[in-house]
Amino acid sequence: MDFKDTPEQAKFRKTCREWLENNAALKDASPSESTFANKDIIKEAKAWQKKKYDAGWAMLHWPKEYGGIGASPIERIIWGNEESKFDVPKGIFEIGLGMCGPVMMQYASDEQKERYLPPMAEGKEIWCQLFSEPSAGSDVAGLRSKAVQDGDKWIINGQKVWTSGAHFSDFGILVVRHDPNLEKHKGLTFFFVDMKSPGIEVKPIKQITGGSSFNEVYFTDVEIPDSQRLGEIGDGWKVAITTLMNERLAVGDADGCDVEDAFKWAKTQDSLGEPLLNNKAVRESIADWYCEANGLKNTKLRTMSALSKGDTPGPEASITKIVSAGKLQDIGNFGIDSMDMTGMLKSDNSDIKRFQNAWLGAPGLRIAGGTDEILRNIIAERVLGLPQDPRADKGVAYKDIPSGNS
Amino acid sequence: MNLDFSDDQKFLQEEAKKFLEKEQSVNRNRSVLEHDENIDIDLWNKIVGLGWTGIRIPEEYDGLGLGHLELCVIAEELGRYLAPVPFSSSVYLFTEAIINYADDSIKKEILPKLVSGEIVGTLAVAEELKAPSAENINLTFSEGKINGTKIAVPDAEIATHAIVVAKTDSGASLQLVDLSANGVNIEKQENIDESRGYFSITFKDVESKLIGDNSTGWELYEYIINQAAVLFGYEQIGGSQAALDMAISYAKERYAFGRQIGSFQAIKHKLADMYIALTLAKSNCYYAAWALSTNSSDLPSASATARVSATKAYQLCSKENIQTHGGNGFTWEYDCHMYYRRSKLLSLNIGSLSNWREKLVTSLEQSNIN
Repeated sequence: MDFKDTPEQAKFRKTCREWLENNAALKDASPSESTFANKDIIKEAKAWQKKKYDAGWAMLHWPKEYGGIGASPIERIIWGNEESKFDVPKGIFEIGLGMCGPVMMQYASDEQKERYLPPMAEGKEIWCQLFSEPSAGSDVAGLRSKAVQDGDKWIINGQKVWTSGAHFSDFGILVVRHDPNLEKHKGLTFFFVDMKSPGIEVKPIKQITGGSSFNEVYFTDVEIPDSQRLGEIGDGWKVAITTLMNERLAVGDADGCDVEDAFKWAKTQDSLGEPLLNNKAVRESIADWYCEANGLKNTKLRTMSALSKGDTPGPEASITKIVSAGKLQDIGNFGIDSMDMTGMLKSDNSDIKRFQNAWLGAPGLRIAGGTDEILRNIIAERVLGLPQDPRADKGVAYKDIPSGNS
Repeated sequence: MNLDFSDDQKFLQEEAKKFLEKEQSVNRNRSVLEHDENIDIDLWNKIVGLGWTGIRIPEEYDGLGLGHLELCVIAEELGRYLAPVPFSSSVYLFTEAIINYADDSIKKEILPKLVSGEIVGTLAVAEELKAPSAENINLTFSEGKINGTKIAVPDAEIATHAIVVAKTDSGASLQLVDLSANGVNIEKQENIDESRGYFSITFKDVESKLIGDNSTGWELYEYIINQAAVLFGYEQIGGSQAALDMAISYAKERYAFGRQIGSFQAIKHKLADMYIALTLAKSNCYYAAWALSTNSSDLPSASATARVSATKAYQLCSKENIQTHGGNGFTWEYDCHMYYRRSKLLSLNIGSLSNWREKLVTSLEQSNIN
């Protein structure tokens, strides 16, 4: 056991590091807000992405012809490690590059890949994912937006929801129902769509946090050429699954605050005349969060070890989001409670802000990209091999499935 | 980056697994539990024969001269198969104490016999029905002799020797005692996992040999259990995996309301939570194994992290395995209770969950993470 890079990995890390040092600033030692928080984040993010693209770092695991350098999984992780130490804009391209990119790579024609992948990697064109609907969340295959074929094009009508970044996206990937007379999973077809097409209307959703990073997207007689279909007619679910698998990897860890923040806060915050850290209940919580945080960190190191040897990692990574989202909520809650009856008050103190934001934002994280419950089902069925639930929607035409709002 | 065992270590683990499977270690555990025995002596002799008690003992003392990582993979299998042997007492605690702190003449006398099985050791600390501490040790050492009583000493009947934590004029010390000496009186104490024996030992003017120095014995003891916590952690994750596997297979074969009970989300989510706890514990044990094998300055926090997560995982997996089995899980006949008992024994042997949480936070304060 060791934590050393192989000579090749060390050389690669050095190359990453040198480029980053020449092109970005290291993060401050003290955790503070990114310097990009108050700027035009999209403009800044696009500029950073272009810089990376020109040097081959944007999608380094992609083949050269689409702007990558054909990097191995472990090299991609090394790049990610190093980039995370620098203060660079993020949160704009994750969906496109993490979920839309892999689907286009697998299902688009060569001409389409040449046309769409390089500008996606470069950040010139932003992509979003149009899956969830008002009545299809965890059960996303229950979606009802309609696609009707009309010669060499399709006419789309319906509504999508929870679409991150739809308001600034140029393209989107879309799954819709082409035949409600077929079984639920068999009546779906997958497309990509120009977000500027006539008939698309984007409305932001105001979240618990007060912010709006998600949207409702309405489709009214939107035309999509058949050439923008990904996969066969009726293969929509198969294509969507590819994307959802990538989504779980992309969502992963919860940003915000962690056990280090709780520990630091407990050392300095007064509680009835002594440091909060002297409180037994607080010490117990901190011990448990530390075990969870390190359990995830060490699980990641095990995954990297497997990749480093060229092995396929085990299913361990499936636990990341469940553990980190719940922990984030509890730590936010702890921070707020530690101020007793004044915990309700908003403050300029950056620690207090972080605890409050974590507490308000964590409920979203426990839902996005697979709810806690869906993820437990996935672990139980795919990792532990337990049987599926008997289902009321199998072997029935989609139109005959009970929906509660017929 | 290589947070994984080597191919040789994995091979050793595979061999250990095959051996314990073939020897029907779990059935042997039941037999010890049900009879008036405190150990399966035949299994223990075979384990000694395989050289496992000498894994960490240097070759100059007839051992295999291997590292802690080899011990970790063996520990995981002993835990998985509930081996009713004094391995933790003799190897993780007694042998490690001798290797760390005994002078060369004691090493020459003791270590080869730990390899051959002539000597079996244990560690005696507690004296009252509460956590032992540097302050509440009353057994005394003076003029080469110890006097006092220890309780809840595991495996003391099979043990030929013990390391005893004693009070001295200048603090605490570790004393090596031959348990066949005059003045030693060992009595069985009934306990809630009778597949392993607990004993009280009374010492009346018993000669002992100092291990380490005469004042810092409590610190040495703390270091020994910091090391041992990693090995106990591996036994605990082995047991957790066995309990989870049992629950999974029962959830697939048992039907209720016309379907496999494993198709109910109440069961699925329970089992998923067991898997999550086990995965966190396992990964923390890997890191702690690295810290142990390299004698890293991270060892106190790494071992406490492994210990806390492994204790939580085994307690969760063993109790929810019973729950998944319903009424059958509460019977003596099903094996569920043996994991439940062992999870408790392992979680208390070197100190309880709440005390390890406290040690973890104290180690964080000392290393000053921020």
